[in-house]
Amino acid sequence: MQIIRDRAIVDDDFVHVPDGAELPEAGKPIVTLAHYARARETLLARYPTVGVRVPSDKLPTDIPELARVALVAIEFPKFTDGRGYTVGRMLRERHAFRGELRAVGWVLRDQLRYLERCGFNAFELKPGKPLESALEAFDELAGTYQAAVDDPRPIYRRR
Amino acid sequence: MYQYDDYDRRIIVERAQQFRGQVARRLTGEITEEEFKPLRLQNGLYMQLHAYMLRVAIPYGLLSSTQVRKLAHIARTYDRGYGHLTTRQNIQYNWPKLTDVPAILDELASVEMHAVQTSGNCVRNITADHFAGIARDELEDPRPYCEILRQWSTFHPEFAHLPRKFKIAMTGAPGNDRAAVRFHDIGVRIVENAQGERGFEVLVGGGMGRTPLIGEVIREFLPKPHLLSYIESILRVYNLHGRRDNKYKARIKILVSALGIDEFRRRVDEDWEASRTPALELPDAEVARVSAFFAPPPYQVLPADDQVGVIQLGRDRVLGNWVSNNVDAHKVPGYSAVVISVKQPGIPPGDVSDTQLDAIADIADRYSFGHVVVTHTQNLVLPDVRTSELPRLHAELRALDLGEANANKITDVITCPGLDYCDLANARSIPLSLEIAARFDRVDYLNDVGDVSIKISGCINACGHHHVGNIGILGIDKRGEEFYQLMLGGSPGNDASIGKILGRALAQDEIVDAVEKVLDRYLEIRESPDERFLDAVRRVGFDPFKVAVYGSADPLDAGGD
Ligand code: SF4
Repeated sequence: MQIIRDRAIVDDDFVHVPDGAELPEAGKPIVTLAHYARARETLLARYPTVGVRVPSDKLPTDIPELARVALVAIEFPKFTDGRGYTVGRMLRERHAFRGELRAVGWVLRDQLRYLERCGFNAFELKPGKPLESALEAFDELAGTYQAAVDDPRPIYRRR
Repeated sequence: MYQYDDYDRRIIVERAQQFRGQVARRLTGEITEEEFKPLRLQNGLYMQLHAYMLRVAIPYGLLSSTQVRKLAHIARTYDRGYGHLTTRQNIQYNWPKLTDVPAILDELASVEMHAVQTSGNCVRNITADHFAGIARDELEDPRPYCEILRQWSTFHPEFAHLPRKFKIAMTGAPGNDRAAVRFHDIGVRIVENAQGERGFEVLVGGGMGRTPLIGEVIREFLPKPHLLSYIESILRVYNLHGRRDNKYKARIKILVSALGIDEFRRRVDEDWEASRTPALELPDAEVARVSAFFAPPPYQVLPADDQVGVIQLGRDRVLGNWVSNNVDAHKVPGYSAVVISVKQPGIPPGDVSDTQLDAIADIADRYSFGHVVVTHTQNLVLPDVRTSELPRLHAELRALDLGEANANKITDVITCPGLDYCDLANARSIPLSLEIAARFDRVDYLNDVGDVSIKISGCINACGHHHVGNIGILGIDKRGEEFYQLMLGGSPGNDASIGKILGRALAQDEIVDAVEKVLDRYLEIRESPDERFLDAVRRVGFDPFKVAVYGSADPLDAGGD
């Protein structure tokens, strides 16, 4: 599957492992938060790189040992569910999360710019949506007023 | 007023370009109507009963004459020759074509205007006291802070998909709230603490709609530099914890009342401690930069005489009456604030035609330093008129059918669009307001009854603010028929209160009679002509009014509670 990572289209090197599904032999699994919370030592011992998929009603403090996680995938059950934007900012700004922050679920081109400003660097678009043209979204609305993850200075410290 | 710099200009132009692309993708089917909806809403585009409606932002209600001319041009070119002033100090067009909207946004951008975030589940246009900058009772002009908030809220990446819409209002006159700050998601009052320092009192969780609530104080005194970081923390707690499962329980007021103000405050403070950085603090230099745009216009030094009183007592009764009702005191001697009533008999409240808008722009240039303000009561204000020019101005306004002397009187009705435009409505509201205007179009009666606000909503969503009308009217559906509930005792100001239902709902042919009976009863029972309608209702309670309307105060006859 192809995703957008750091404003480029790439093949996804991670695999999603739903609850109850078989873990891969090797590689980089993305497990559910429940799975990770239950079996984190085993997972981290078995795979050098582990991602965690987080439901939209969870907070960064719900992810144990965040520093050992390579990827956090925040779920967007609906494109109008905006909790993930806050969670993304918190992960980057308060928990110094430096790994991949990925938006998954009902993710659309017209959200990419704001998601990126909130700290997301990877995006799985909703199936069926074109990726190539979605890249243009990152250059829309280049001017910004607020402090966010992309720039901690509000406009009045940049003007 | 605020002037865009290259930065502001670029942001608005980029937005218009972005929306052009979104419309194109919708037309090719790349995005579905469901996916397009929040995009168009955040650009002010609603789907109404018959057509799209475009709502244009007027930050804190302030317009230049150039902008007013542009609004006239848009009404003429892309609509049916009129615009509609809203209760949030905006203007909306009821008949634009989707394919014209990008062009309209370009037109707006050319005069530093936009339709950004005038609908959708995001931070909406910031509203303010319509006498900001000129009121005698004002501590400090709130508009520089409103502008700073406008910029902060514009395309805020974190808060574009809130559980529900979010409205902020601000006043700099703590003793006389004309901005209904207690009925907003966040209300801000500029206040002075015991040490004589200026700061903000912050209220949260007020609102109307199905569950009317008066906002509670979350912070008594917020030092000025923290305005944005603190409001951001309120938004963040709301974004994370506000309900998303039921749109009627999704406003912040529901969260605040569910948690209680103390727990809500604790969560906000916790977030604030974790998120505020020195970079977020508002520097004095930025406040000074923005404030400079709101510096007073070049007033002439005039003697403090009583020309207003002279005109009021003069021989021209029509003029004297208009000056009594529509002219307000100004902080500068020799100047007055003039309310242009957009409540003319036979015209839906708040509707202004393109020719009226053009004429108002010219009048603003000649009489008021080129400025016009939209009020949340769907009228217009000329903020800086020389008192000696009032007679000439009034003659010009009358020639435009804008000289009605009814500001704050019973025919100065606020209405939502109702069943004529809105697919959520239970009942019509515009025809009712026209009937009220026609029924009470008697100068002596209007003046005798004095200041009474009538507010009409076509359904429980309360866009016409019926909860805070001294007389509120709510359209309901009774077995497929349009009925109206009559409420008394609401007030949006410092003495905030929510109106209560008087009795059983009234049919279309009963409701205006009932209003008249209520007013007549008030005239009988008031202690003196100085006792306002609202004060009389508060003093005597509902029984005398129930008897007047239903013939009895007995709940069996009056119904309701
Ligand atoms: S109050 Fe109801 S009828 Fe009136 S505009 Fe709002 S939703 Fe429509």
